[in-house]
Amino acid sequence: MAMEVTQVLLNAQSIDGAVRKNAEDSLKQFQEQNLPVFLVSLSGELANEEKPVETRKLAGLVLKNALDAKEQHRKFELVQRWLSLDGNAKSQIKACLLKTLTSPVSDARSTASQVIAKVAGIELPHKQWPELIVSLLSNVHQLPAQAKQATLETLGYLCEEVSPDVIDQDQVNKILTAVVQGMSSSEGNTDVRLAATRALYNALGFAQANFSNDMERDYIMRVVCEATLSPEVRIRQAAFECLVSISSTYYEKLAPYIQDIFNITAKAVREDEEPVALQAIEFWSSICDEEIDILEEYGGDFTGDSDIPCFYFIKQALPALVPMLLETLLKQEEDQDQDEGAWNIAMAGGTCLGLVARTVGDDIVPLVVPFIEENISKQDWRQREAATYAFGSILEGPSPEKLIPLVNVALTFMLSALTKDPNSHVKDTTAWTLGRIFEFLHGSVVDSPIISQANCQQIITVLLQSMKDTPNVAEKACGALYFLAQGYEEMGPSSPLTPFFQEIVQSLLTVTHREDAGESRLRTAAYETLNEVVRCSTDETAPLVLQLVPVIMMELHNTLEGQKLSSDEREKQSELQGLLCGCLQVIIQKLGASEPTKYVFMQYADQIMGLFLRVFACRSATVHEEAMLAIGALAYATGADFAKYMPEFYRYLEMGLQNFEEYQVCAVTVGVVGDISRALEEKIVPYCDGIMTQLLKNLSSNQLHRSVKPPIFSCFGDIALAVGEYFEKYLMWAMSALQSAAELSTHIAGDDELVEYTNSLRNGILEAYSGIFQGFKNSPKTQLLIPYAPHILQFLDGIYMEKDMDDVVMKTAIGVLGDLADTLGSHAGSMIQQSVSSKDFLNECLSSEDLMIKESAEWAKLAISRAISV
Amino acid sequence: MAPHDIRRPFKRAAISDQQKRRELSLLRQAQNRRDAQQQARCLASSILSLQSAAPESQPEQSDTEIETVPESEQESEAFSKDLDVRQASKLRGPEVRKWFARQLMLPEWMIDVPDRLAQDWYVFARPAGKRCFVVSSNGTTVSRQRNGSILHHFPSALPAGAKIRDGSGSAQSYCILDCIFHELDQTYYVIDMVCWNGYSLYDCTAEFRFYWLNSKLEESGACNAPSHYHKFRFSAVPVYNCDSSGLYSAYTGVVPYAKDGLLFYNKHALYQTGNTPLALVWKDENCSQYVIDTDGKGEIPSQQQVVLELQDDRKLVTSDDPPVLFGCLDGDIIEKMGSLRRLI
Repeated sequence: MAMEVTQVLLNAQSIDGAVRKNAEDSLKQFQEQNLPVFLVSLSGELANEEKPVETRKLAGLVLKNALDAKEQHRKFELVQRWLSLDGNAKSQIKACLLKTLTSPVSDARSTASQVIAKVAGIELPHKQWPELIVSLLSNVHQLPAQAKQATLETLGYLCEEVSPDVIDQDQVNKILTAVVQGMSSSEGNTDVRLAATRALYNALGFAQANFSNDMERDYIMRVVCEATLSPEVRIRQAAFECLVSISSTYYEKLAPYIQDIFNITAKAVREDEEPVALQAIEFWSSICDEEIDILEEYGGDFTGDSDIPCFYFIKQALPALVPMLLETLLKQEEDQDQDEGAWNIAMAGGTCLGLVARTVGDDIVPLVVPFIEENISKQDWRQREAATYAFGSILEGPSPEKLIPLVNVALTFMLSALTKDPNSHVKDTTAWTLGRIFEFLHGSVVDSPIISQANCQQIITVLLQSMKDTPNVAEKACGALYFLAQGYEEMGPSSPLTPFFQEIVQSLLTVTHREDAGESRLRTAAYETLNEVVRCSTDETAPLVLQLVPVIMMELHNTLEGQKLSSDEREKQSELQGLLCGCLQVIIQKLGASEPTKYVFMQYADQIMGLFLRVFACRSATVHEEAMLAIGALAYATGADFAKYMPEFYRYLEMGLQNFEEYQVCAVTVGVVGDISRALEEKIVPYCDGIMTQLLKNLSSNQLHRSVKPPIFSCFGDIALAVGEYFEKYLMWAMSALQSAAELSTHIAGDDELVEYTNSLRNGILEAYSGIFQGFKNSPKTQLLIPYAPHILQFLDGIYMEKDMDDVVMKTAIGVLGDLADTLGSHAGSMIQQSVSSKDFLNECLSSEDLMIKESAEWAKLAISRAISV
Repeated sequence: MAPHDIRRPFKRAAISDQQKRRELSLLRQAQNRRDAQQQARCLASSILSLQSAAPESQPEQSDTEIETVPESEQESEAFSKDLDVRQASKLRGPEVRKWFARQLMLPEWMIDVPDRLAQDWYVFARPAGKRCFVVSSNGTTVSRQRNGSILHHFPSALPAGAKIRDGSGSAQSYCILDCIFHELDQTYYVIDMVCWNGYSLYDCTAEFRFYWLNSKLEESGACNAPSHYHKFRFSAVPVYNCDSSGLYSAYTGVVPYAKDGLLFYNKHALYQTGNTPLALVWKDENCSQYVIDTDGKGEIPSQQQVVLELQDDRKLVTSDDPPVLFGCLDGDIIEKMGSLRRLI
């Protein structure tokens, strides 16, 4: 029943656009008319040795795309479609795919491997195609090398595609045996050994049981370590990749091997080709990640039952590890700072050194200081740069007591190097190091300040001077200024930056106008620094911040002037608008926070809103996230007066809520709906139908990123609180959405990430309930809420008994209990008394050490005592 | 299967400023949401406290004590008993007084002419009398003066202001009005509305609050002549835009009450407790009998009257912000003043 597709597939790769379009259309038509025949025909094309290699490859690709897609909902549709496909057709397709694995044409084999893995990814979780793994492995030993390589590759893709729990241990053992045998030094064929090594990388996640067995683990580790010594560079690289993966997946099993691994990695870092050396360094970075996580989580304090103990591998390896990493720092590439995509051994080594410093703290300092002292003043720029980079790398981790004496000595040297060193690379690293000094050792967290009145002036002069340097150096200087300003946040009514405020702002604005400000993200850094300078400014400089408003407005206005832009120009325009809207957002938030400045600022509100609306109008289908964020801040500052902007603004609000693809935009817009609800209160009523309809639609969509759903629920609460009993219209729909989400979120089973998500979902649901109860309070329609009370109390009891809520949920939950009692009063008295929440949960919250929980609990207690007494 | 990318961030700040802006926005929104909830709850709590404290009102107010039907009196007592001991003890007289003392919006002296006076400001003639908060809830109405002490405890036609079974408003409804009690005609002149029928107006602009005040107060019947369930009359004051004709009307217009200066309210200002530059007061001898300052010729009269507050530590202070300390009274005088220890 197959059809001839060769010609159309050839046409689909034609250089003639019209021919190509035509071919694509007929493929699409064919697929829609008769899917089974279409797919069978593609698999037949792929398997047919007489067909040209390019149509075989494309046939396989089209087949693969019929099985999987990036977007979650599309993927789901394709899976359902395949599962319901005619069984005969599926058998034919699978037979063709398996047959192709033995093809002499390597592209055909490789494509078939990937398609088989996709089919397996769909079918194995449904207990279909049970014979796949057995048939792949049955005669793997007797296969010719090419077919063996294709089989191992297929196993690798398969392990990437399916989750470990759908393959039983017996089959896992068979896969691992085949893979590890393929990797061993006795395998003569390089391609087979490489395919096996890469397959192991994906299969490691299946090997939990095998890694718990000493013999099996020893064997796997031996084979991996041997493969790192292979004469073939790609095999050595793949083997190190396996070690990196093992370092995070099986950290707790590494102790017996760590000494050998150190020797192997040290040799690779010093002698091997760069791709291999980079993986070898990554092994130690990955160990640092693990130990930093463990130490952070347990604070170095292990009880018998904590999950994974820290083995202090880094601390033990320190005396050998640090010199090895310091050596790498001297292997810089010329101009690596101008190249966005650069990643070399010096960069990897320095990054690892920074992680080591965070892992071991003070211990690293004496090992690095001699290197710095020896190299910092050398003739060769590589030595000066390496010394500076080493210093910058160890600034996070060790204690301030240990570092501050060094910084006090180094600061003057660094400031002088930043202006006088002849090498741009050294200046770049020096500016970055100054930024790190200010980030970690300056500000209210440090007892003995490293910046005095005396050197503050010098620091600022040098940084502002440096902002005129090459874009990469200027960008780092902006970064340093960012952290310098941050350190003065909340230092009281007077900031040491006040005398320089005007000059700093002027210099940053000058930077944004540099012709080369598009390089090294210099313009972005300048605006980000301006934002931080504004955020950390004090009342003394409020008039200067006010003066900045028309300046930034004018900049934004200028971006709106260009017409008929190319797509490249449009992107640049949009980016610049983002930076300017971001800056205005920060200014609005700053000035809006105190009454006198807010009052003066409000004179610009109409004009600013006008500009934001014009920014929105620059695009047709999407809204500008930064403009949306800024509008939220403006709505908060404006209050009820914001109503006058609503007629024009509303359509963009709706557009933002509909933006599923850029879910950040959707999430930001949901937050802005909350801002507007609080600002407008009952004046939001005319827009509620549209907003609520869209929010409910979003909730029921499986296309929307799940992280947006909790804020949507909170937003229900914001709206209900704003409009009061007018919410009646939406009550039934909102309550039913809340109820089903509540049922889902009572029980959690899953990893930390899922627990965190579930708690944020609970919090959203509870905030919605709070808003609704408070909104309906004192209205004659209060009784409408009574039917929902039993379920809500059940939900509170449910999450209380699960014992896994975080503090935020606890606070919101006990508040809801109070709101329910307050609004329903005696109607809910007996219900409340019967709930566990009103007793054990309430008592637990009343004795909580968290003030916010306690406060909410006091409130709940007062409201309950009234409800049950009336 | 291509090698895996292992690039890590290099010489970059870990958090982008954009991400920081998003997070700060979320923090602000969460804080605002908490504030909105907290305010809704606090209002209710204050009403609860008020009710628990009401039956303990001081003896000197006995002449204006509750005049409600007997059964509702019992209800009100039953209710206060049911409040738990800890709450009741916490909310005894002084606590409640302290709380109320902080709740009024207080004008600053007008020392210069605000920008956009004509467009952005209201003006009205301030009635002479006792500034107080009038709170109606759970079938009774209480007025409390600036120092928190109870002025009257009475039934009123305000929502939830008297025990009448007409089914209007729920049991948990309440009102908070900013008033001046004018002794001569025994009328509460309402100069601002803070809560109406359970609906908070704290976050509404003066423009909206005055509009609401004018439409709702009349509607409720609170402006009617006193009756059994409505002990005192309420009245709104005429409010004008600050253009020249409005200023003229407020300054010279005839009103049924004795004037004590002019009050200027910024239309966009929310109800803010304590002193605020968005409410201003002007006094001269033409519009107030309590003026102190230079006279029309710029000379300072030889005798001036001043209102001082006697604090618990016997200090006499003005109500400026910050207060000016005038002196300290000794214990004897305070003894003699006895129950009169209010304002001189």
